[in-house]
Amino acid sequence: MKAIIKYISSIFKALKSLFRGMAVTGHYISHPKEIITQQYPENRETLKMFDMFRGEVVLTHNERNEHRCTGCSACEVACPNGSIEIISKRIEMPDGKKKKVIDKFVYHLSMCTFCNLCILSCPTDAIKMSQDFEHAVFDRSQLTKVLNKTGSKLMEGVR
Amino acid sequence: MAETHINTISGKPLESQEYLINMGPQHPSTHGVLRLLLTLDGEIIHKVEPHLGYIHRSIEKMCEKDSYTQIVHLTDRMDYLSSHMNNEAVSLAVEQGLELEMPERVKVIRTIISELTRLSSHQLWWGVFGMDLGAITTFLYGFRDREMIIDIFEETCGARLTMNYNVPGGLMFDIHPNFQKRTKAFVAHFKQKLPEYDQLLTGNVIFELRTKGVGILSKEDAISYGVTGPSGRASGFSNDVRKHNPYSAYSQVEFKEALSEEGDSYARYKVRIQEMWESLSIIEQLIDNIPEGDYKAKTKAVIKLPKGEYYQKVETARGEFGVYIISEGGKSPYRLKFRSPGFSNLSALDHMAKGAKIGDLVVIMSTLDLVIPDIDR
Repeated sequence: MKAIIKYISSIFKALKSLFRGMAVTGHYISHPKEIITQQYPENRETLKMFDMFRGEVVLTHNERNEHRCTGCSACEVACPNGSIEIISKRIEMPDGKKKKVIDKFVYHLSMCTFCNLCILSCPTDAIKMSQDFEHAVFDRSQLTKVLNKTGSKLMEGVR
Repeated sequence: MAETHINTISGKPLESQEYLINMGPQHPSTHGVLRLLLTLDGEIIHKVEPHLGYIHRSIEKMCEKDSYTQIVHLTDRMDYLSSHMNNEAVSLAVEQGLELEMPERVKVIRTIISELTRLSSHQLWWGVFGMDLGAITTFLYGFRDREMIIDIFEETCGARLTMNYNVPGGLMFDIHPNFQKRTKAFVAHFKQKLPEYDQLLTGNVIFELRTKGVGILSKEDAISYGVTGPSGRASGFSNDVRKHNPYSAYSQVEFKEALSEEGDSYARYKVRIQEMWESLSIIEQLIDNIPEGDYKAKTKAVIKLPKGEYYQKVETARGEFGVYIISEGGKSPYRLKFRSPGFSNLSALDHMAKGAKIGDLVVIMSTLDLVIPDIDR
């Protein structure tokens, strides 16, 4: 007899435990305001990443198409996986001296681990991390980027 | 050994034998690319053999060519759910070699972020554990609360998972002005939501039947297999590095080491829930008392460790994580060895799963909280 009572009470206990969990789910059905799901990509316009977020490396240019990169290769050395390649050239200055400037700032996004060491190593604050996170492309070659814009030159006064 | 059965039609004995079956490497409940070779008799497990190597990236070898600042970001990619603690282990080991004393501010911030990482790891574990047992609901609840922590990391550290925030000599950046406000808001929020976790899963009859008495690991076995972290503590093996060898600011805070005696899957679950409460209390003790000062100690641009051997262990969300550096005096280590908690915890799986059913194996694996890139580096 005792065993039967124990058995039946265990069934009721089990049912009670199931409804206890269901109560939580029920609470959220009746309180839709507490649901925090975001509809991406519908909210692309309003979705803003934090300023610190590390999306990808960019070389900042001002409105006169000038950048701050002197081609010192500090970022290339700091990078643990060789995602940055700096190809420099020598140009002749008006006063006859030869000067090293960057030809191409090549950035391999496919190899980058977003560790931020290049940004910290840059002595002239030429590069920074952008907040762009949508990196998907159809072909891998598109992930190798040249960061300096065509015709851009070194900003006055940066060495 | 396999039993002999009688063929009911012919009356002759049927010969049965053990058979082998692969679980993984793509089985969803293995949480990654872990291949288990099971030796079965019917549904009873006789032997579990983990086969590693599917996600081996030779991180230890890569460290031998990298400088000490570059090593840190590789440890993010081992146990990605407790990346901050892995970073901290390397940073502390290098600082030990340089004999650098960190500013108080660095210690406190490191501790707070470590505890937030532990919380986020346990939240993910809780959600995924429910899902392994067939309850999708828990997954969504776990991720809801985890998202708040991830936002804090994103704002202060700049990344959601692979943070690389600890560098040898301090922190990469100072904390964001919103850090304290957000963390306090999270603590207040999560204190209300953690009882919901109990309500959803802890008392549930199906959950209790599937976890109680499943995968029992005795204290002696936990010690001999080197099972650390919450999995070891559930067997009564007191192994909390934060308690026994305090680093950073853990000596300044009061917390209880969550211990249990049963050693079954349910005990491991309870210990992790208890740890979440402890982490919340540690954060509460520290968040208002972040000392002013530098976020970084002065180091040379190229760090060179003096010749010698350095070992530093920290408590990650999975157990004891150790970094062993042998330096020849150069700018990169001669040899670097990681002691990852997942590897030792996995070694006990065969012992725990013997005699259990395949469904129980999923539960046991989930309560060990394995992260495969951590096991297979």
